[in-house]
Order: sequence, then C-alpha cells, then structure tokens
Amino acid sequence: MKNRNYIYVKIIMLSGLLGISTVSCERDYSEDVAFATFPAIGEIFNDTPVAMGSDFYFPYDGSKPTAWSVDNNVSYMGSASMRVDVPNANDPEGNYAGAIFRVDGEGSGRDLSGFDALTFYAKASQAVTIGEIGFGEDFGENKYVANLTNVDLTTNWTQFIIPIPDPSKLIQERGMLRYAAAGIGEPGFETGYTFWIDEVKFEKLGTIAQPKPAILGGEDVEEQGFSGSAIDLAGRNLTQTYNLGSGINQTVTAAPSYFNFVSSDIEVARVNELGIVSILKEGSATITATLDGVKATGSLTLQVGEDFEFAPDPTLPQSDVISIFSNAYTDVLVDTYNPYWDTSTTQGEQTVISGQDILHYTSLNYVAILTATELIDATDMTHIHFDLLTADAPANFIVKIKDFGDDGVDGGGDDQEVAYTVPSSQITSDEWAVLDIPLSNFVGLTNKSNIGSIIFESVGINDLYIDNVYYHK
Amino acid sequence: MNKRNTYKIKTALSSAIMFALGLLLMTSCDLDTTQTVAKLSTLVMQDEFDTNGAPNPEYWNIDEGTGPNNDGWGNGELQHYTNRTSNLTVQNGYLLITAQKEDYQGSAYTSAKIQTKTKVEHTYGRFEARIRVPYGQGMWPAFWLLGNDIDEVTWPQCGEIDIMEYTGDKPTILHGSVHGPGYSGGNPVTKTYELMSDRFDTGFHIFGIEWGPDYINYYVDDVLYNQITPDDAEGEWVFDHPFYIIINLAVGGTFPGPPSEETVFPQTMLVDYIRVYK
Repeated sequence: MKNRNYIYVKIIMLSGLLGISTVSCERDYSEDVAFATFPAIGEIFNDTPVAMGSDFYFPYDGSKPTAWSVDNNVSYMGSASMRVDVPNANDPEGNYAGAIFRVDGEGSGRDLSGFDALTFYAKASQAVTIGEIGFGEDFGENKYVANLTNVDLTTNWTQFIIPIPDPSKLIQERGMLRYAAAGIGEPGFETGYTFWIDEVKFEKLGTIAQPKPAILGGEDVEEQGFSGSAIDLAGRNLTQTYNLGSGINQTVTAAPSYFNFVSSDIEVARVNELGIVSILKEGSATITATLDGVKATGSLTLQVGEDFEFAPDPTLPQSDVISIFSNAYTDVLVDTYNPYWDTSTTQGEQTVISGQDILHYTSLNYVAILTATELIDATDMTHIHFDLLTADAPANFIVKIKDFGDDGVDGGGDDQEVAYTVPSSQITSDEWAVLDIPLSNFVGLTNKSNIGSIIFESVGINDLYIDNVYYHK
Repeated sequence: MNKRNTYKIKTALSSAIMFALGLLLMTSCDLDTTQTVAKLSTLVMQDEFDTNGAPNPEYWNIDEGTGPNNDGWGNGELQHYTNRTSNLTVQNGYLLITAQKEDYQGSAYTSAKIQTKTKVEHTYGRFEARIRVPYGQGMWPAFWLLGNDIDEVTWPQCGEIDIMEYTGDKPTILHGSVHGPGYSGGNPVTKTYELMSDRFDTGFHIFGIEWGPDYINYYVDDVLYNQITPDDAEGEWVFDHPFYIIINLAVGGTFPGPPSEETVFPQTMLVDYIRVYK
C-alpha cells in the first residue's frame, strides 16, 4: 500500500514536471480521473458475508446450486458459519458442490495487495479431502486464481492459510473465494457430507516467507513442438510455495499471470501474460519464469521441428456425417473435449496448430468428449471415425460410446456404455492411424439415439493427437 | 553499505530518543527504583565485520571438526565445522556462516563455529548481535556465552548463557536460556519468545542480554522479554566471572532434529555486528 502510494506520488510529481515543462496549455488531470483505488477490505465472511454486495454466490455448472448456505447453529467464532452440503452422486440437482464468491458489481473489486494470505477455519461432518479451495476466480479472465488442492478436513475446526502467490498483483480482485468438492467413494457412487468454513478473510500475517515458485512441477521438461501451435501453461503445474510461520512449507497452485515468463528465443516461441506459448518457427526455445522476481524452478524446452503433418482430409459429404470434431465439417454442439474429471490425469483438449484445430491430450488415462447438452442421435450411422497420432509405442486404445437412454441424463438406470478396443497392431508410432470402426463392433450398444459421450482410454498411449471425430453412414 | 549507514543513523537517533526519554523519566518522577536499569553504554568490544576475509583473529578462534569427543559437539549435531571460505567468511560488512550439504570427512554437512576464548572475555555487561538466521528443519544457529573456567571446573559448572537459539522449523520462535549446575542440558532456565507478524529469517534482528551481578535481562530488538535472577536457578548462580562469546550454525542434533528433504542448502547465517558494552 505504502509503496504504491509512493509510486503514485512519483507519477504525479513526474506528470507535474511534464506539465510545467510543456507549458500551460496542457490540461491538468481532473479530479475525476484520480487513479482508481479499491477498498482494502480483507473480511469475506464472519457471521455474514462482508462487503460482498447482494449478488455474490455463483455455483459452477453441474454443481448443486443450493449446496451453500449460512448455518446459524455452527460457528468457529461468533454465531454463524458458511455451510456446504456436498451432494450424493445421484442428486438430481448436481453431483458435486462448487462455487465462486465474487464481489458484486462489474468494475468493482478489492485491493488485496496489502495482505499476504487468505485464512479461514474449516471442519467437516467426517474426515474428508476437499478437491480445491482458493481465490482469484471471477468468471472473467480468472487471471489470479490460486488454490490449495486436496485439503484435508477433520471434524475439528482447523485454520487454513492460503498464501497469495504475489500480493502486488491483486490491486483489483473480485474473486474472493472458490471451492470444488465431490462426495466420497467410487466414481459415480459418491456419498455426500457437510463442511463448514468460518472467519474467512485476507490477512497480513507477516510470517509468509521464503517463496519457492515452480513451473512444470519444478522439472526441466523437453518436448516436441510444432510451429503454428500453442501450449497453455495453465495446465502445466505452476505453483508457489511459501514457508508459513508454523515452519510448514505450503504449496498453492498459481495461475500463469502471477508469473513472468521468458523465452530463450522469441523467434521460436513466445509466451503471453496468460501463459499461452505461441510456437512460431523451427528451432529450440526454453521457457523459464520468475514470480515476483524470484526464479521459478522448472522449465519447458521446445524442440520445434518441421511442420506438423495433419491427418488425411475426410472425403465424405457433410450430409453423411455427424461431426464431433473436424475442420472439414460443421461440428455439433460439444460441451467439452476434456471435463477434467477427478480421477482423470488427462491434460489438454482442443488446440491450434498452423491454423488448424486439433485435439492434443497429454498424461492420458482416460478422457471424455461430452455432448450431454444436445445428445447425438446416431441411429442412422454405421461407423465412428477418428484419426490418432502418437509418438508413444503402440498400445491398445479403448473407445467407449455412452448412450444416456430415454431419460436423456447421465445415470438413471437406462444408460448404455460400450467399449471397443483398437488393437495396438493398428497403431504405428509417429504415423496417423485412420480409424473407421463399425458401430456393430460396439456389441450391446442397442440405443444410439441419445449419445452423451465418447471416452478415450489407454494405458500405454499417453501423449496423442486426435482429429476428425465423427459418426458416418 | 547505504542500508547499513541508514540503519546506524536510525539506531543513533533511536538511542538519542531513548536517552532523551530516559532523562525525561528521571527528571519528572523518579519512583521506579525496583527495576534494575543498566546503564551499559561504554563499548568494550565491537566487531562490525568490515574487513573482508577470515574473521579478525584478534577476536576470534575458529573451532573445527565434530567436537572434542567426535559426538557432534555433545549434541549429536551432524555438521563438520571448517574454516573454509565456503563455510566461514566476512564479506561486505557481514560475517557469513554457511551450512552446506556435502560429504566431508564422514559428515553429511559442513558449517562453521567461531569463539573468543582467551581473546574477548568479560564479566557482566551488555552483549548484543544483529543477526539474520536461516530457516528450515534442522537449522540451529546460536549466539551464546560460556564461562572461561570451563577447562578447570567443566560444564555446566562454568555456566552458559544462550542469548539466541533458534531452530529453523519454527521461524518465529527464539529461545533464551542459562545453564549452570543443577539446571543444564534439557533442564535449563529458559524462555521462548514468539515474534508476532514477522520472522527471524527474513530480516536482521538484534539479540542481546544485559548481565549484572544478580540478573540477566534478555531482549530482542526493542523488546525485553525475560529477566533471569538467582532465584530462578535451581542451583548455584555461577554468572560472576568472565565469559567468552560463541557464534555457530549447527545442522541437526538433539535439539532441532535432522534436516528434512525440504530443508534448503546452502543457507547462510548473517551477522552484521557484535558489540559488548559495560
């Protein structure tokens, strides 16, 4: 706070000097354009939400919107706490609890640069691990998201400290709190529980120190790149670690905009402030980063070779296909090419290489392409087609088609999910496998009028490109 | 250099202010006769560490090895103390003691320890140092005094005054202790002090004692946090003869426990100055 004021004073003084030296016809800044400052309010919830405005709770799509409430019977301090009832997997209103708490009002925000951590107390109805708790998500640019992941709650109140990766960035932040929590148990059969959060606030603890930022999980990673393609560093394990007053090293995930990325050769690859690496031409470039002046461990070296070779262009007329992903056709509405399910390690989804759309998955165990909003009727179709390119050694590759049944929803007892395994013999490293699979190979898939997802799964093939995904007759 | 100068000016100013306040208090109503106020303002020794290289041999001896009994200096410490520049040097106005993780003569870590035995020994006075300590599990820096009769009467009869002890796993906690006959080892007269909204490893702090015939006052920066008197000691009060100064950075040992995977090496303990007043 002090620093910034000081800088402003300097700016004002400098502009004053300018004014003098460029004579008097220059207009002064009017009072109205005084440099905007935002309230430095730390409190988010004590017994009620604090200074959040009236419209501040935004549940995620697919989460149970009524999961959050104020509990006037339970509190760490005072009379109330925030209560989150994580639903069972079969809850028709949503199968997890997740939301952001955003300061109300377009153009509003808080100046959090004088704080160093988000702190709160939390407990749960049973010992449980919450997926993510953090801040910085505003459903706008989400520039400064930071999260604790896999947060262990017990039945006793415990204080949690989420260090701000670089407080100086947060001079106008609307995203005060976010969380995502699923039930406990086997995927698809999770049972719910309740957790409570109280005394939520940004604080200046003064004991957050010894920053150790990292990108790429602190590893020096080398990979192949293609000119005209882009890599989003947001999915590449960016973290900040601080030593807390307790002596514990606390790691938080940090959005790319907290970092300052540097490319060793900006002719080959450059990175923007949102962490998007644009690969421009053949050569080699190493991406490194600093966070608030501290060098991050880890790097990404891109070996950009000759131009990317695309899969053969499809030849069937549009009228014979239902296209899920192809530049050759008009695609149907797809909800997502990677839902980032909890137990999925798969990173990546659609990306662009040399102006062409392509799916690029890394660390694949399984991934789904969802068409749940507008289910696909493939009754008249005879085949599913996709093209696959990998540098990995050939391995079996499983394709699953899931029909949601007459009720049109995932679950509900009338779903059909049928797998077909593409044998490794049909895949050759570094060559496009053009796969055209008769739907009759999906034995038992009798309903094809409400297809909600296609799932790709493999043990041996983890880094791959997929293109031209469509049903055809 | 600039910073240090500024700091010195600040200290000078604050001393002046404190002095003025003292005067004010004394002239207005001098009722407070119960508390022992030391007027320890005559410098009898100071090392500002202004000459680059090895520590000034006029003041300092360098202890090397793993202790006279090769038992980690009696505490199971893991480091081998050396006199190498990589462990011990004076640079740019600071004494630097650096703990390294390296295989060295059977030890997994190296560091340094210096002391003033026979060179700087005083009875009573104000001993203070301005120090920035490392952090992390297993780091154990200390600024302490030992009775100079240790070779005749042995420890703990000689007495030990720990002005600053700190373990890197608790970066906000300072320990100040005395050891003597009947109150030593795991049972000293001790007090911990917790720094609020700050840490000992992120900036310099002043650690000191004011030692008189029947008291030892402990302070950090401008906070007096403990007074130990003969009444506190469960044994003979042995703090009545010359003591010498020790500064060291231990790694591991019974007090802090061993370093963890997360402990950062190398790390340096920085000492800006050591001053003794009478």
